Amino acid sequence: MSENATSGAASAAAGVTGGAGARFALAASKGAVNFVLGLAILAVLWGIGGYMIATNPKTANFAGFGLIPTLQSFPELWTMGKLQSATYASGFRLGSGMLIAILIGVPVGILMGRVTWFRKLSNSPFQLLRMISPLSWMPIAVLVFSSWDGSIVFLVAFASVWPVIYQTAAGLSKVDPAWFKVARNLGATPFQMLTQIILPAISFDIFTGIRLALGVAWVVLVPAELLGVTSGLGYAIKDARETLSYDHLTAMVLTIGIIGYALDTICAMLIKRFSWHRGDA
Amino acid sequence: MSIRGVEINIHGLGYRYSTRGNPTFSNLRLQAQRGEALAIIGRSGCGKSTLLHIIAGLNRPTEGTIEFDGKKVDGPSSRWVMMFQAPHLYPWMKVSQNVGVGLKFAGWPEKEKAERVDEALRLVELQDYADVSVQDLSGGQQQRVALARSLVMEPELLLLDEPFSALDAFTRSSLQRDVRSIAKKLGFNLIIVTHDIDEAVLMADRAVIMAGAPGKIMDEIDIGLADPRQRQDPAVQSMRSRLMEAFHTAAQVAGGAGSGAAAEVDTDTESVSQHA
Repeated sequence: MSENATSGAASAAAGVTGGAGARFALAASKGAVNFVLGLAILAVLWGIGGYMIATNPKTANFAGFGLIPTLQSFPELWTMGKLQSATYASGFRLGSGMLIAILIGVPVGILMGRVTWFRKLSNSPFQLLRMISPLSWMPIAVLVFSSWDGSIVFLVAFASVWPVIYQTAAGLSKVDPAWFKVARNLGATPFQMLTQIILPAISFDIFTGIRLALGVAWVVLVPAELLGVTSGLGYAIKDARETLSYDHLTAMVLTIGIIGYALDTICAMLIKRFSWHRGDA
Repeated sequence: MSIRGVEINIHGLGYRYSTRGNPTFSNLRLQAQRGEALAIIGRSGCGKSTLLHIIAGLNRPTEGTIEFDGKKVDGPSSRWVMMFQAPHLYPWMKVSQNVGVGLKFAGWPEKEKAERVDEALRLVELQDYADVSVQDLSGGQQQRVALARSLVMEPELLLLDEPFSALDAFTRSSLQRDVRSIAKKLGFNLIIVTHDIDEAVLMADRAVIMAGAPGKIMDEIDIGLADPRQRQDPAVQSMRSRLMEAFHTAAQVAGGAGSGAAAEVDTDTESVSQHA
């Protein structure tokens, strides 16, 4: 077996790991520089805009929109507990809606990817439903669900289920059919086929779908909270506007951005962690 | 590892892909002794790969039966394992995980599974690659992992569907020799579907020649050469010529029976292909 020069495989692997480690460190440091520089540019532009608003007598009443007043309002919002309660309420609705979307979206996506007749049958109703703006369901959701919370969770779930379904189905359609044949040949049960072959094979696509869904859900959640409810980040923005607390308003908007960015980053890390595709890392 | 082969009996086997379509083959009869290595050769479209899939239990025949040791085959089983043209390894698993996946399906305890996987990896000389990603292996090494994945199940029958056709000549030659030697050492049956006449001579105890549409078994030739078999050996060359001649005769007879096609030998690749 001349091709198997097995000696030194471990050292070669260690060499590869060392090289990869150096490349990773370089890429991480470049990423950190870009991260800080990009945010610094945004902060400078915001600071200049805020200064111009504050120094213009016609717009001075809106000086709270500036960078410095916004940052100064964070400790106050924290002490009042508004930041925590709004984040918790929105997080609960987002988490519940996303969980429902994943629990429905992944199995339906697998069914679409594996069962031809189901894919053909579901195509037209799913495309039709997908194209309806989630917020347009609000009046119906309010009638159907006994609480505003229930309505918002429904809207979030409805908005975010489609990326999960379609990304899961697309992932499955790319899977090598021979993997199923090999697994069947080696005695896999349908449950083992699902847990050992299908889910690992499409984990990258599922997490990509969840990442897309999270963006949609977050975008739907805040406007949904502007209607009816008395908690959450959307409500806090509305409340700040009505009390003319522009610094609080901007702080809440900034909080939405920070949380959304953090969630997206976590999803990106999960995608990287579970991806077996070379070149995704 | 202790493996024993099976006695194979195929009676009146027929298959058609659709109820209105022509049969791929019909009324096939074939027997193999315990531990025997069979090579099925024939032009594309004569149904040899379909036959292999049916023997593996991956497709159901439309007529006839297959029996291993007198028991009817009615589905896939870890007792008869198939190796495909490509290794089809699971890229999210390491080498050892790929090799042990069948044992995992069977619910083996972790310790016993690890021991059996180590043993299989030693057989294919990949013991130092257990923790390596399969994506880091060459084509030949990947096919060895696929072989270990099959051997770890201790199959009574290993079915090979042109398993080395995508590999370079050196790797192919080394794997042909190793698979036969492992099969003889452990005592399991081999059924190899191939276009490569040399592969049939180097790996099989008996060659079954299929031709025609629907496919028929036109001839069976005992190879009966001593091991180890070398490509340059005059006895191997002589057997190769004999198989080639039998193949041509089978193609002509089948063509005369209405297939309207002629077989051609590609002397560069030493394989038989079909030009319609």
